[in-house]
Amino acid sequence: MPVVIELIGEAKRLAADIGCRVCAIICGHNIDQQANELIGYGVDEVFVADAPELKNYTTDAYTKVIFEAVQKYKPEIMLLGATHIGRDLGPSIAVKCNTGLTADCTKLDIDPTDKKLMQTRPAFGGNLMATIICEDHRPQMATVRPGIMQKAEYVKNAKGKKTELKVSFEEGELREKVLKIVKSVREAVSLTDANVVVSGGLGLGGPEGFELIKKLADRLGGVVGSSRAAVDAGWIAPSHQVGQTGTTVRPNLYIACGISGAIQHLAGMQDSKCIVAINKDESAAIFEVADYGIVGDLYKVIPAILNALDNVE
Amino acid sequence: MKIVVCIKQVPDTNEIKIDPLKGTLMRDGVPSILNPDDANALEAALQLKEEYPGSTVSVVTMGPAQAKYALRECLAMGANDAYLLSSRAFGGADTCATSTTVAAGIKKIGDFDIIFAGRQAIDGDTAQVGPQVAQRLGLPIATYVQGIREIREKSVIIERMLEDGYEILDVQRPCVLTAVKELNKPRYMTVIGIEQAYQKEITVWDEVDLELDPADCGHNASPTKVFRSFTPPPKGAGEMLDGTVNEMAQSLVNKLFDTHVLQKGQ
Repeated sequence: MPVVIELIGEAKRLAADIGCRVCAIICGHNIDQQANELIGYGVDEVFVADAPELKNYTTDAYTKVIFEAVQKYKPEIMLLGATHIGRDLGPSIAVKCNTGLTADCTKLDIDPTDKKLMQTRPAFGGNLMATIICEDHRPQMATVRPGIMQKAEYVKNAKGKKTELKVSFEEGELREKVLKIVKSVREAVSLTDANVVVSGGLGLGGPEGFELIKKLADRLGGVVGSSRAAVDAGWIAPSHQVGQTGTTVRPNLYIACGISGAIQHLAGMQDSKCIVAINKDESAAIFEVADYGIVGDLYKVIPAILNALDNVE
Repeated sequence: MKIVVCIKQVPDTNEIKIDPLKGTLMRDGVPSILNPDDANALEAALQLKEEYPGSTVSVVTMGPAQAKYALRECLAMGANDAYLLSSRAFGGADTCATSTTVAAGIKKIGDFDIIFAGRQAIDGDTAQVGPQVAQRLGLPIATYVQGIREIREKSVIIERMLEDGYEILDVQRPCVLTAVKELNKPRYMTVIGIEQAYQKEITVWDEVDLELDPADCGHNASPTKVFRSFTPPPKGAGEMLDGTVNEMAQSLVNKLFDTHVLQKGQ
């Protein structure tokens, strides 16, 4: 539950600004240990909804339970991770509560005068940032992009309150049923979690170019990414695509090889900590976001980098 | 089967450029396109229509008159009829208010088995309108649908994409499904399709047709407001390395270690 730890970290920071408590709600089945863990991360009170119907996430069941809790406990602010589940659950709860929801926030702040949550998020593929407010409706709801907020620290023997929520479902009320969950076996390392991403674009000239990309990625313990153009050309599977319509990545090191830097690609990687661009065309847009740029033929530059890496040891 | 597809006309964010001097968004001359995920939603509907003879596919969007172009594109791909929900009263809507209007439009079209939408639109990237429409219509929803396995008598079996795999869900019909690009490959318009698309009328409905109170529409009914918007601060200029290929490579590797981006032994 890494994103939850980030949400708690952020919630504690916001709560300190306005003197609020931080609470969490957890749904599932036989989840006592996870509930305790949340207290360890510094939550003042955990609401526990434990029922066999909640073992797997479904929109109907989770929406009902959390909506009832919101009505009863009336939180000022409610944060969810902008995961596939959070982005399914958030809008469903927001409509039931008749309140606003800001998607995929990358920055949150509180106006201490009126406890207004300032929710900042990228739009237009990251070309524009917007700060959204929800003045007259409560709770103020936001989904928060994973991997951005500071994680809460775990403290052994931390104290917090646990409150059981009453859960019951009527016949026919749950209309979605999980038949099976299949964990992916295709790529062990996901783009989102990778420390190093080496990406290739049209500048590779053909699918075989990705062999060289993979060599560099492997050498750095990273994974292979690509531009949309390379995916559209059929050179590599869509699961490798970095960008607005692909995966957003934020690794320590992003190496873009033969990628011109279309806005939609930049939107998915420009928050990487260090960006290296290798391109023949010195006017390529990718150089504008790069920390280090090398103008040259990637088929010469990458082998030279591999060579230089070997010289370090 | 009666299938409704919710679409949106969006600016092609691929083509948006930033004014290098002012640092602002240049929207002029940016082409409008059918939102990519919505094309997958429509394709899924058209495939079901082919599989189940007698089925119809209706497309619906909320937007200005110009959004008719996107609806015509859907007709040219094979949709039966198209509905444009358009009014001044709908302007300035956030996702919450948009879903009220779209849900009212779908209700008026009526009698549907499956409602498709794209997972998210590339201008706002919220992914909220689909689930919110479902909630307003009181229907079950599956988002991030990457596969449709089976249509059963009262439900549909789908694959829902997760970050680390997928799950197989049984969702009762009628329901809302939001499509991701992995679901299918959208077809192209055909010449005959384009000709026919221009012979069809697009139905336009406003708040009176939808029996909506203007207070429940658009800006008036939007809990969220944009407080301010700004272009992200440009990153400090990077460093272009020079020298021979080997010198540049060596210099890069040194810098990556010096700044601890890479650690020894990595």
